[in-house]
Amino acid sequence: MNKWQIFKNGVFNENPIFRLVLGMCATLAVSSAVVNGLGMGLATTVVLVGSNMIISLMRNVIPKEIRIPAYVVIIATFTTIVDKVMAASTPDLHKVLGIFIPLIVVNCIILARAEAFASKNTVIDSAIDGLGMGIGFTLALTVLGTVRELLGTGTLLVAKDFGFSGITFFPKENGVLLMILQPGAFITLGLVLAGINWWVRKKEEKNNG
Amino acid sequence: MAEYLIIIFGSIFINNFIVSRFLGICPFLGVSKQVETATGMGLAVTFVMGLASGLTYWVQKLLILLNLEFLQTITFILVIAVLVQFVEMVMKKSSPVLYRALGIYLPLITTNCAVLGVTLININEGYTFLQSVLSGIGGALGFTLLIILFAGIRERMSLAPIPRSMQGFPIALITAGLISIAFLGFTGFNLNALFNF
Repeated sequence: MNKWQIFKNGVFNENPIFRLVLGMCATLAVSSAVVNGLGMGLATTVVLVGSNMIISLMRNVIPKEIRIPAYVVIIATFTTIVDKVMAASTPDLHKVLGIFIPLIVVNCIILARAEAFASKNTVIDSAIDGLGMGIGFTLALTVLGTVRELLGTGTLLVAKDFGFSGITFFPKENGVLLMILQPGAFITLGLVLAGINWWVRKKEEKNNG
Repeated sequence: MAEYLIIIFGSIFINNFIVSRFLGICPFLGVSKQVETATGMGLAVTFVMGLASGLTYWVQKLLILLNLEFLQTITFILVIAVLVQFVEMVMKKSSPVLYRALGIYLPLITTNCAVLGVTLININEGYTFLQSVLSGIGGALGFTLLIILFAGIRERMSLAPIPRSMQGFPIALITAGLISIAFLGFTGFNLNALFNF
């Protein structure tokens, strides 16, 4: 596989949320607004790229029997760094995302990529894989966030940290409150997944004639 | 007494781990195809969450004493991993029956975000030792309730005619969404009035 294919694989073919259905807790919890989704996605991307690179560098040093605890410590280190940087630079976003930033440690995507990719491939390939997967994750969160924020509040891209009050499409009173509450997360993701399944099946049927 | 009841009932119904806090969704979707396995998973999680809540209370005290609070995430996840491994070993020796029932679910619990989540919530809420343990057990009971309910629905659903694109995860998520709407009914429920007769 060349570098571009590795990258594309993470973003489309094996998109962590839409195709692999991994890392559901963070996905459902932070997709209530575009900016929350973007912030969480980027934080996860940083952890993914960092931990993939370090694990790939150390893949011949870590004994096979204790590899999982070793991976977890490496991932937790990067999560702590991201947590502290966000607390200092984007305090509002850090507060909204709350415990889901330390919970990046137990995001299945990261451990899955460490085990399935970084422990077997070179440093550069692992970094590209982490970047692809991270961007795929961010993209999916942004799609969900767009649907939920727009339908729920009538406004897009509210970002307190950057002093941006968002683009208003319709007044807040006309929004569907359910979309930004918890049920909206489950239902939106369910419908989007069904749509993607339908589209993938259509494409396969077309390819098979 | 009342405050303990409020913590337990609050974390089962009002701040339910799955439908309101979005913690522990992976096992909720993954291990909920049959009621029997769902019950096993629920029991294993309850056991580990209670223990982890109690243990991390003292670990946090130690971290504060050593001025190392920034190591919280790393320490907690290691404590949980070790705890799960330890529980597995003890269970294998002392009660093989329980081990056979819960054995396969135990390793999965390390990466269950409900366990790390509840320990972090306990610290953020400033709970005492007993409150932490009860919050862990209450949260896990809420998780167990939901996963068993959900498995019951999914057993029936496997017989229903569902459009091909909706099969599997999509319909499961929408079902979870409907359960979540039902649980929204508990929001604003005044537990204080209920327990302080």
